[in-house]
Amino acid sequence: MKVQQNSPKGAEHSRQYSTFYVADLFFGIDVLNVQEVLRYQEMTRVPLAPDVIEGLINLRGQIVTAVDLRRRLNVKPRENGSTPMNIVVRSEEGAVSLLVDEISDVLEVNPASYEPPPQNLPPEQRELIEGLYKLDGRLLLILNTERVLQIQTNGN
Amino acid sequence: MEDFDTIREFLIESNENLGRLDQEIVELEKDPGNSELVASIFRTIHTIKGTCGFLGFDKLTGVTHSAENILSQVRDGKRKATNSLISIILESVDATKEILDVIEKTSEEGENAFEELKGRLHAFSEANEETEGNYVQAKAKVELPAAAESEANAATPTAENPSSEPVAEAPLTDDIDLETAILMKALLGEQGEGFTFVPQTLESKLVPEEPPATEKKAPETISPPAAQPEIQKPGKAESAAETNMSEQKPNPETNDNSAKAKEEPTPTAETAPPKPVQPIAPPAAAVEVAPGPPLRAAAAAAGAGADGGERTVGAKNNAVLDSTIRVDVGLLDKLMNLVGELVLARNQVLQFTARLEAGTFNATSQRLNLITSELQESVMKTRMQPIGIVWGKFPRVVRDLAAECGKYIHLNMDGAETELDRTIIEAIKDPLTHIVRNSCDHGIERPDERIKRGKTATGRLTLRAFHEGGHVNIEISDDGGGINPERIKAKAVQKGLLSVEQAQRLTEREAINLIFLPGFSTAEKVSNISGRGVGMDVVKTNIERIGGVVDLASTDGQGTTIKIKIPLTLAIIPGLVITGAGQRFVIPQVSLFELIRLEGENGMRQIERIHGTPVYRRRGKLLPLTFLNEILKVPGHAAVDDVVNIVVLQAEDSEFGLVVDGINDTQEIVVKPLGKRLKGLSMYSGATIMGDGKVALILDVLGIAQRSGVLRESREIRGANKENKQAQVGKDKQTMLLFSAGRFERLAVPLSLVARLEEIPVANVEHAAGRMVVQYRGQILPLVSLAGQLDPGADISLPKDQNVQVVVFNNGDRLIGLVVDRILDIVEEHVTVRKSSETFGLMGSAVVGQKVTDFVDLHEIIANSGEKWAAHKTLSGPATVMIVERSPFARAHLRSSLEMAGYRVVEAASSQEAVDKLSREKVRIVAASPEFSELAQHVKGNPKLAHIRLLGLLGEGSNPNRHADAGLFEEFQMKFDRKAMLSSLERLAEAVEHSEQELAGVSR
Repeated sequence: MKVQQNSPKGAEHSRQYSTFYVADLFFGIDVLNVQEVLRYQEMTRVPLAPDVIEGLINLRGQIVTAVDLRRRLNVKPRENGSTPMNIVVRSEEGAVSLLVDEISDVLEVNPASYEPPPQNLPPEQRELIEGLYKLDGRLLLILNTERVLQIQTNGN
Repeated sequence: MEDFDTIREFLIESNENLGRLDQEIVELEKDPGNSELVASIFRTIHTIKGTCGFLGFDKLTGVTHSAENILSQVRDGKRKATNSLISIILESVDATKEILDVIEKTSEEGENAFEELKGRLHAFSEANEETEGNYVQAKAKVELPAAAESEANAATPTAENPSSEPVAEAPLTDDIDLETAILMKALLGEQGEGFTFVPQTLESKLVPEEPPATEKKAPETISPPAAQPEIQKPGKAESAAETNMSEQKPNPETNDNSAKAKEEPTPTAETAPPKPVQPIAPPAAAVEVAPGPPLRAAAAAAGAGADGGERTVGAKNNAVLDSTIRVDVGLLDKLMNLVGELVLARNQVLQFTARLEAGTFNATSQRLNLITSELQESVMKTRMQPIGIVWGKFPRVVRDLAAECGKYIHLNMDGAETELDRTIIEAIKDPLTHIVRNSCDHGIERPDERIKRGKTATGRLTLRAFHEGGHVNIEISDDGGGINPERIKAKAVQKGLLSVEQAQRLTEREAINLIFLPGFSTAEKVSNISGRGVGMDVVKTNIERIGGVVDLASTDGQGTTIKIKIPLTLAIIPGLVITGAGQRFVIPQVSLFELIRLEGENGMRQIERIHGTPVYRRRGKLLPLTFLNEILKVPGHAAVDDVVNIVVLQAEDSEFGLVVDGINDTQEIVVKPLGKRLKGLSMYSGATIMGDGKVALILDVLGIAQRSGVLRESREIRGANKENKQAQVGKDKQTMLLFSAGRFERLAVPLSLVARLEEIPVANVEHAAGRMVVQYRGQILPLVSLAGQLDPGADISLPKDQNVQVVVFNNGDRLIGLVVDRILDIVEEHVTVRKSSETFGLMGSAVVGQKVTDFVDLHEIIANSGEKWAAHKTLSGPATVMIVERSPFARAHLRSSLEMAGYRVVEAASSQEAVDKLSREKVRIVAASPEFSELAQHVKGNPKLAHIRLLGLLGEGSNPNRHADAGLFEEFQMKFDRKAMLSSLERLAEAVEHSEQELAGVSR
């Protein structure tokens, strides 16, 4: 299933987003792109893989790559002892798991509250964010899943 | 137009037919009189034509029809199957392929009606043997895009997405045997979607024999052009044929051709028609086809997918394909996946049973184990295809190439029935084709050149395939011009791929293998066949990607052989589980050679370093090592000193050792690919799920070898091994006597210095002048306690009631006995002194017999003991001998020997040092290896030094005549032959004395 692009101008009809926290940031991914949400899974490390790849998990017999969103967004690393949760998203070549700090609810948002990404975000984050919605007292940043998954592999 | 499914069927069948056609036509070329072949070829084209007509593909019909005409002339004996005929028929086949291609992509025939070709075909059919050649076009097109593409397309399964581009990908179907078919049907349930079993009996009815009936019908069809409806006798074909009719009309040219075609007896009844009547051929075709389509329809009714057509035309194939069915490839893949999952689940179950030990459950899980293994095997078999399906194309390819290049090439194929997994077949198709083309284009020479070289005019190209171990071996050899290593080297240097020095150091084999470097091509001009410069390195990459290896061997002027070795299965492999870098990994067993475990304190110590590379001496040869922790850059996991685990792996024909933390067990694992983001990591070839559910990475042996540079070093070391062997054999291979004395558990002394080993009863030891002596062979042998010498103050009292171990040394006429505790052993090996010793009485230590051993400095010991050796006196005092020797050990040994013989010794380790010292010391004799030619020249060239005598020192196996200035040396002796050396020295010393005295003007 192809990853759906969130149209930059916001949708006509309301969308549902699966939301989660990474550090203090509140993110959302279009629910249609999310395959499932899991608690922490034991991962196998892959030495010499790009930094953002935390490891591999066994998802019902399928081997899924886990990408640490903290590192991808260039946010300070998780504290020792806190275990991340998995949000498994669909991509062109199968499922990929995104490691996040905390999973939150599925929200339906009002398209009117859509805004393009602000200028004052650090560049690594700005290129991964499609836009945001202004909710009560907080901002919901919408992730561009496709770009998140475009990870530079080191030349070998 | 016809619906999607029918067209798909048509394409599958036609492609198969065309494939066979190629082979048959090429065979016919070699055996033009073979009427059976002609008949078979005719039938095939006829069938294609018929089906085309049925489906309304007039352009196709037109082309095949024209070709058919010509063939029927041959069949009727009116024409011979000449080369021109073959060529033009092949042209038609190519045109047919092209049209089929377009149909595949667009469901329509496209624009090209091949009028030009048809014109020529027609003219050809009218021409006689002399003029027919005029109508044949020179072979321009060499690529087989149609065949290759349609096959490639065919391989993609589309069973799941019928809604996708119509006919974009016609699924390839598979033939598997009855047993497996039943098994599959049982597994997949009664629906059995995707395949149908067509009983043989029905198939036989599908043979479109030239029905005599139609001949009678033909005249009927001729008369009223509009009387189409009459023609549809066989019921179901009615509507179809009608459509046919209406569409045939606007094709005056086709009709002209067919009208003019004069073949009489052919049942196709193109024979009869006079011109005006429009669609004579097509209606005849319709009639012809009539028996066909209804049967096809019947078959279709029996269930989609089955196609007996293929089985019928190739009568000779029937014997083999007795009970087979066609299966959609997507289905097989799905089955394969399921079996893979089952294997994993079985592994997990087995893990549990190992832990639980619950009686009957054990038995059940064992059964599960057995069944799963068998199932796995069976399913694997379904994916196996004979390599012949790739090779099938080659006769045509070779023929075309040969014609284009003006060469004669005979193709031999051996082992076409060798089976490979289909994914492997897909992967090697292109590489093999490229190699074959290379041989034809660059390898085999033109006939005149071959004759000049004394070869037969026809070149031989041989393809061989066979199973061996867990691998499939494919060999392609030609008896062409071979590969000139010098030319390759020159080209590589010219392209900047390596330096001149590097090129010079290469062996012939390595030079030839330079071809595999990217960007390499020695073709003088880039032809459209090969020589594009993307060839051999891509071949190598593609083959390595599926876990295989390529090797190239060639003799300049005689021929080239390329050998490819590929592991048999990709998906489920046996692997060795190891721990390293803090986690588990799996190593495919196919690359595993041996396991080595080094224990005890000496574990790490047995790993030596040569040129900075860690190596292990394995049965006399050096094995380069690499540490998994280091490669994966996982810090802090240095091996515990006790145990070192080395996994000996094989990559690219050389071996190396991977040092890991621990070795677990072997398991069958299912290889799962890594995601896109991780694919680029060359040291992993995939991942698997272990019995406990965790993911483990599979190591790519070749990737690891390349990463660690161990292959390069392996080659260097092998080279060094060879060099060193010769050098070392000369220098350090020594026989040692090992013994213990006092607190020194392991001491050594060169056996060449030892005269005898004696066991003397304590009682015989006497004391004289405060020293121990013993009466020995009519002499008095002074005894020296080695322990006492090495360890002053140690207790050197002799054991009572026991024998005393004495090592007797002899110098000329004096003997001395060294008392030791125990004689341990005599060993012969290369020795390199590791550490020189400050300890009195010891020269140094080295590893001998795999243990650290101290070397005794005899001279010191004996000098210290107060015993005197007779010094070798000359008139002018002790002669000074300079020893020039690279190895410190050998130097020390020689010094020992010489000093014990009374010479004064000056040491030098190199020509430089020697020359230096010569200017400061008065030396009479220089003992050096003949390789120090610089030194020899210096001595002899300098009037002040010219009196010095040169003694050449030889190691084992070295030949003095190999050295340039050997003539400057007076004598040669083996350096470890003490007696001979000493006698030489005596002679030389006397000679020097004479010279000196002469120089000094002193007369005797």
